Amino acid sequence: MDSTGGFAELKFRDPQRGKALAAEAARLARAIGRDPIALMHVCGSHEQAIARFGLRASFPPEVDLIMGPGCPVCVTDQPEVDEAVALAMSGVRVATYGDMLRVPGTAQSLGDAQAEGARVDVVYSFSQAMDLARSTRDEVVFFATGFETTAVATAAAILDPDRPANLSILSAHKYILPAMEIVAEVPGTRIEGFLGAGHAATITGWGLFEPFARKYGRPVVIAGFEPLDILAALVKLLELVQDGRAEVANMYPRCVTKEGNRRAQEQLWRVFETTGGEWRGIAYVPDGNLRIREEFAAADARRRFAIDTSAQRSAAPAALVKECLCGAILSGLAAPHDCPLFGKECVPDRPVGACMVSSEGACKIWYQYGGRPDLTALPALQESAG
Amino acid sequence: MNTTARLTPRTTILDERITMKYGAGGRAMRALIEGVFVAGAAEAPGDGIAIGLAAMDDGAAIRIGDRWLVVTTDSHVIHPVFFPGGDIGRLAVSGTVNDLAMMGATEVLALTCGVILEEGFALEDLRRIQASLAATCREAGTTVVTGDTKVMGRGELDGIVLNTTGIALTDRVVPDAGLRPGDRLLLTGTVGDHGMAVMASRHGLDFGGELRSDVAPLNGLIRLALAAGGADLVAMKDPTRGGLASALHEMATKSGVGILLDEAAVPVTSEVRAAAELLGIEPLHVANEGKAVIGVRPEAAGRVLAALRGHPLGRDATVIGTCLTELPGSVLLDTGFGRRLLAEPEGEPLPRIC
Repeated sequence: MDSTGGFAELKFRDPQRGKALAAEAARLARAIGRDPIALMHVCGSHEQAIARFGLRASFPPEVDLIMGPGCPVCVTDQPEVDEAVALAMSGVRVATYGDMLRVPGTAQSLGDAQAEGARVDVVYSFSQAMDLARSTRDEVVFFATGFETTAVATAAAILDPDRPANLSILSAHKYILPAMEIVAEVPGTRIEGFLGAGHAATITGWGLFEPFARKYGRPVVIAGFEPLDILAALVKLLELVQDGRAEVANMYPRCVTKEGNRRAQEQLWRVFETTGGEWRGIAYVPDGNLRIREEFAAADARRRFAIDTSAQRSAAPAALVKECLCGAILSGLAAPHDCPLFGKECVPDRPVGACMVSSEGACKIWYQYGGRPDLTALPALQESAG
Repeated sequence: MNTTARLTPRTTILDERITMKYGAGGRAMRALIEGVFVAGAAEAPGDGIAIGLAAMDDGAAIRIGDRWLVVTTDSHVIHPVFFPGGDIGRLAVSGTVNDLAMMGATEVLALTCGVILEEGFALEDLRRIQASLAATCREAGTTVVTGDTKVMGRGELDGIVLNTTGIALTDRVVPDAGLRPGDRLLLTGTVGDHGMAVMASRHGLDFGGELRSDVAPLNGLIRLALAAGGADLVAMKDPTRGGLASALHEMATKSGVGILLDEAAVPVTSEVRAAAELLGIEPLHVANEGKAVIGVRPEAAGRVLAALRGHPLGRDATVIGTCLTELPGSVLLDTGFGRRLLAEPEGEPLPRIC
């Protein structure tokens, strides 16, 4: 056992290499000569890593790395939550990931429904939902969320011949590329380039982003999730911005290929097709949602049940919700500390908006990691800890 | 920079019902103790109580002649009762002995032990727990002098609850609020071992390596530190529930200093790190039962560190941080890549690990 040096031993976590990359990013940012240089990432896991390692403090001051709509739980809109609540209140057992429990619907969350006696089960994986369905004769609905990566798992489960007949899926799965297009199409957008989500690209392949980069004239750099992955991707993105090259670069080659995982893609598109839908706080995103194809109607909760959400929708939303800035935060127009509720009325225990619910939500992450104070003025560690 | 900004929001509002987070050793638990027990406490009968409930320290200190009687109590529930590296008996003795030691009281006069058992609990298990309890007492140089036994119905509690109260005399009480800017913080060894071992054992997770609880009585180790540090040893805290993060927050808040923590300096075994990565849990938030954070004046850091390293339980002792004038009440984490505030854990990563 090495109890003293293990931290730096982990690959992609060498602070010295981090400092070198940060210096290179600073040099590029100065060379570009604009302030701010607005970049966007579209992945909650990137925000997690950035906050966890305090990376923003090592970004060039000119760089404004904005959190995009990268939290699938957060962008799950009220009507979708309302459907799950309506199902639960009608006596169906609803299984879902823990994060979804407290995402507010129009009037209620699944957690509220649970408190009123509806049977809502928190599961950690689809296979746990399968086990649950096997253990009961009741109808079980898995309320499924997530981007391509999790959608593939749902697709595989739907294709699984052993899937219990009493288990169906309420899909709130999302597809990230159309949301990036929405962001890029916003008139006067400041975003000059994107960091692409490494794990989604593992499935889709980085080639998927090439037409996007060309069409919108903005580079995309696929990034992994370790601190050095992110810093290296930032350097690459700044290089492409500097050179005005609207290309795709893959800075996560240990996992991502140009073609992606063909088999997973086949499963994904065999089960799902894209459809338009509202994303919380963003907009109507054409082709942004994944719905189950008719061939698998028996597995589709929306076809299996007549879901009546009128009781949910007729209720008045809570007063606080009007002040919530989730929408602006998800679309990159505001940061959590711009919200009057952040850390006060809205905390992880009592979330007002979805961004404070999910472990990938910007507000929850900022709350967990203490926000983004200006820490540059403090004494250096070497001087004081000696 | 503006150091008065409220960077880490504080929860002070209590819910109408008790949830698990109120037992997790973090902010919520402190709010509960402050809002219910401290606020509603009876007045002290005399002026002999130097450190009482309101101080919310590891224990209380009562003036007896020219010395201090330190008293503390702790209830222990843990699932599973037997875990890699220890059991509830060892935990019950260590927890109380360590709370006394953190006040500077390393000569433990005696312990009491209250046992509440669930109907159906195996006698053989009880004997094993008692044997472990006695062995740990020997290690700490103390014994149980009185006790109490109750049995509750099946399902009314989870197997066994142990409560221990400890008393000790000392010439000098070390509070947990004695830090000032410039002071160094020492950690006596690796963090996260206890919580991770219990979690892995509870959930049947196999991480390929060996995860063992660090549960141990620390009074022998602390005695050496006190002898080396003297009056320059100014604060101590054992990072139990809520982990190192919670202990440092409490020390920063009570002393009115900021704490700069060097993440790379905090010793974590590779097994704990791997398990923490896999479970998405920060080792800094995971409970320890055989470690101490010790605050010393800067000039004493070297000699206290040397004393700690001379004891088997302090082999991996190291300097992990420094106290700052800036950001009073906050813990600033230097990750090697950048800085961020270390938030206090809201609840436990998983319930009930000590």
